[in-house]
Amino acid sequence: MNAIAMPSNCELDIGIGGIWVRLRTDSPAFVAEISGRFAGFLGKANQPDHVFDIELIPFMPDGDGDEVDAHMDAVHVLRSGARWQVRRGDFFAEWDPLSRHGRIRMVPSPYSLDSVIRILHTLLLAEQGGMLMHASSVVRGGHAWVFTGVSGAGKTTISRLAPPQSRILTDEMSFLRPEEDHYFAHGTPFSGELGRPGENLRAPLAGVFLLAKGRENRIDPLPRTEAIRALMANTLYFARDDALTTRVFDNAIAMAAQVPVRRLTFAPDARVWDLIDDAQP
Amino acid sequence: MTDSVYILRSPNVAARRIGDELMIMSAHDSSLFSLNETAAILWDAADGMTPLAEIVRRLILPVFDIEPAIALEDARSLALGLAERGILQLGDSPLVPRGDPV
Repeated sequence: MNAIAMPSNCELDIGIGGIWVRLRTDSPAFVAEISGRFAGFLGKANQPDHVFDIELIPFMPDGDGDEVDAHMDAVHVLRSGARWQVRRGDFFAEWDPLSRHGRIRMVPSPYSLDSVIRILHTLLLAEQGGMLMHASSVVRGGHAWVFTGVSGAGKTTISRLAPPQSRILTDEMSFLRPEEDHYFAHGTPFSGELGRPGENLRAPLAGVFLLAKGRENRIDPLPRTEAIRALMANTLYFARDDALTTRVFDNAIAMAAQVPVRRLTFAPDARVWDLIDDAQP
Repeated sequence: MTDSVYILRSPNVAARRIGDELMIMSAHDSSLFSLNETAAILWDAADGMTPLAEIVRRLILPVFDIEPAIALEDARSLALGLAERGILQLGDSPLVPRGDPV
């Protein structure tokens, strides 16, 4: 591991769901650039949970023949001994869960860093029984509702339709985890069409809705196996790792056993929220 | 396929019983399958050592009202389908497990 001492003004602590990740780089300009992307999720951790040293490299269309190949669009997440290695055309990251230290070699793009942080959280959450899910999350009446589905199903739309006083945790990527014998949804900085980070708060998870557009608003129960399929289909994970994949499967089964997972068919108007509010636990 | 067919649960496959259903996930590509009752019987009995015909005779015929020859043919067809999806391994001689399902 190439631990490099960095001046403190080139550090950035990002806390999502109570997991603090410290990023260290020698570029104040990059720190300033990524600060906006993670607004609301920055702080100063006395003891960060994970530390990453970032080495910024110029964008090289032909790669450098080593770890970064700009032609490679697919994400590869592999376990290499005790370490995880994450590779895409614009970055290579390596992380040791035991030492909680890693390094990232990447082009100076906030988008690339956003991807690394997302993938890191898929790995961390899987081990904690949780998941990052392609879903929007909205808090109403002290409870969180999660809305998932294929691209275009209405994840952003339904969060836009949420009544005043609703709190948007994310319109793109939901952070879900069992805590204190209950599942909680946490806000994330990962944004979709809204283009802004979610609110940094948590709420007990009241339910997950699999979205479908229709002419009327209705809620239908899903059989348990369909619920598990829906959770699996929308959980973000990349690792080609049997143990981790099985863990993700078991996490989906556990969540479906405890959290109502239903289909929400909705017409795109705000009245759908009357139906959702009536479904409060 | 010869008369002697042996079936073995594939490694790197996770099987979880959800209520009355058996869900199978391939750890390789995360594909999910729900096995019906007959397929679940084959899965449970697929130890690599018991001939398929014996599995049918002992576990399927007592449960389903079906002609033995038809039951065996259906079981062969089902086993082949499960093998094509990487859930089972087939052989014409006993199969030795190379690792437990995950």
